[in-house]
Amino acid sequence: MGVMRRFLRHAAMLLAALAAATPAFADPPPETPVRDDGLISGYWFASPETRAIQDDEFSNPGLLYVDRGALRWREPDGAAEKSCASCHDDGVETMAGVGATYPKVDEASGALINLGERVNMCRVRHMDAKPLETESEPLLDLTAYIMHQSQGMPMAVTIDGPAAPFFEHGQALYNQRVGQMDLACTMCHDQRVGHYLRAEHISQGHLNGFPTYMMRWGTMASPHRRFQFCNEQARAEPLPINHPDYNALELYIAWRGNGLEIETPAVRR
Amino acid sequence: MTPTRSLIALVIRWCGPLCAGLLVAGPGAAVDRELRPYEVVGDEIPLSLTGAPGDPIRGREIAAGREGNCLACHHMPIPEEQFHGDIGPDLSGIGARLSPGALRLRLVDPKRLNAATIMPAFYAVEGLERVDPYYRGRTALSAQQIEDLVAYLAGLTDESVDTN
Repeated sequence: MGVMRRFLRHAAMLLAALAAATPAFADPPPETPVRDDGLISGYWFASPETRAIQDDEFSNPGLLYVDRGALRWREPDGAAEKSCASCHDDGVETMAGVGATYPKVDEASGALINLGERVNMCRVRHMDAKPLETESEPLLDLTAYIMHQSQGMPMAVTIDGPAAPFFEHGQALYNQRVGQMDLACTMCHDQRVGHYLRAEHISQGHLNGFPTYMMRWGTMASPHRRFQFCNEQARAEPLPINHPDYNALELYIAWRGNGLEIETPAVRR
Repeated sequence: MTPTRSLIALVIRWCGPLCAGLLVAGPGAAVDRELRPYEVVGDEIPLSLTGAPGDPIRGREIAAGREGNCLACHHMPIPEEQFHGDIGPDLSGIGARLSPGALRLRLVDPKRLNAATIMPAFYAVEGLERVDPYYRGRTALSAQQIEDLVAYLAGLTDESVDTN
């Protein structure tokens, strides 16, 4: 299928889905898998229409990012004239399971870093290339491509050893009430899962579909962009992307979902 | 409602948002979001924050609109709005269960009654963390808006109203 034809089909299906954006008022549907660990992917809290878009490889707009990511992967950039593929082959095997372990502590710097920061470190250290802008299309293409190589594999972040203090900090942030609305993550995503906040069905708040295509913005979004959105709703001061607090929070939230199968690219309203 | 009163209500209904729109020009504009002192007696704030009764029609608009956003969490007898949250209690008939003073305290600062409640304080500026600079030092609703909501909610005395 030609790129243009595929793009038009994406656009048409997206418009149709937005027009019919009337989420059904129902708990997670009966076919939701029951797991011993009690985890439920956000997929099951999305409307049937949204789930259908995620499931269809011809209509999931996130796959455009994954496809572009595959091209960027082998595109040389920077003074070293290297691409990601120069060191990591086509990424299909070398990246399988890698995204599942982020955020993780960077041994060289001792800092907790997310996947986007890892991509940029690679670019600077090994490609002699400029870092890609946070939340930019090229960076989301690459993080989507990398996470997609772990599709179907369980989330598996490490929280002990050097990660332990970051984990504890993230846990404290998750439970801290913030903003004029005075809300903590846990008040909705642990204590009120399955309830409705206006038309929004409250999920367990997992990261196994990120970067996720957000129909409301017409773009993929990183976990940190999603945190900013929650902060904005609570009228709390959003932190910059890659802020250490957001990395710590991301580690804690990723750990809550350890074991959930990765779905990148997920689609949400 | 007498014809005169409904005429006034209509004027308020259509001119109110326009005037509000003129006032809400920015954070420094003449929007009254300063905290005025009030007295809590038992589980009530018996006296109006403005010294005058609120307008129930404006109160309904605040509840249904983005400013009060009551519908985010509560079912209410506002059938023209499709989506009602179910975080808090259904407010149909709330006026038969709570006095205006009790409603006022629950809007102003419900944490005085239950520190763990998820219900935000809509007329408070203290005890909050990392508030967005735009909203810092301002109450979520004005004293007038609180009174309009109290007037509206106090009038929801019919338990039989089906919201959906």
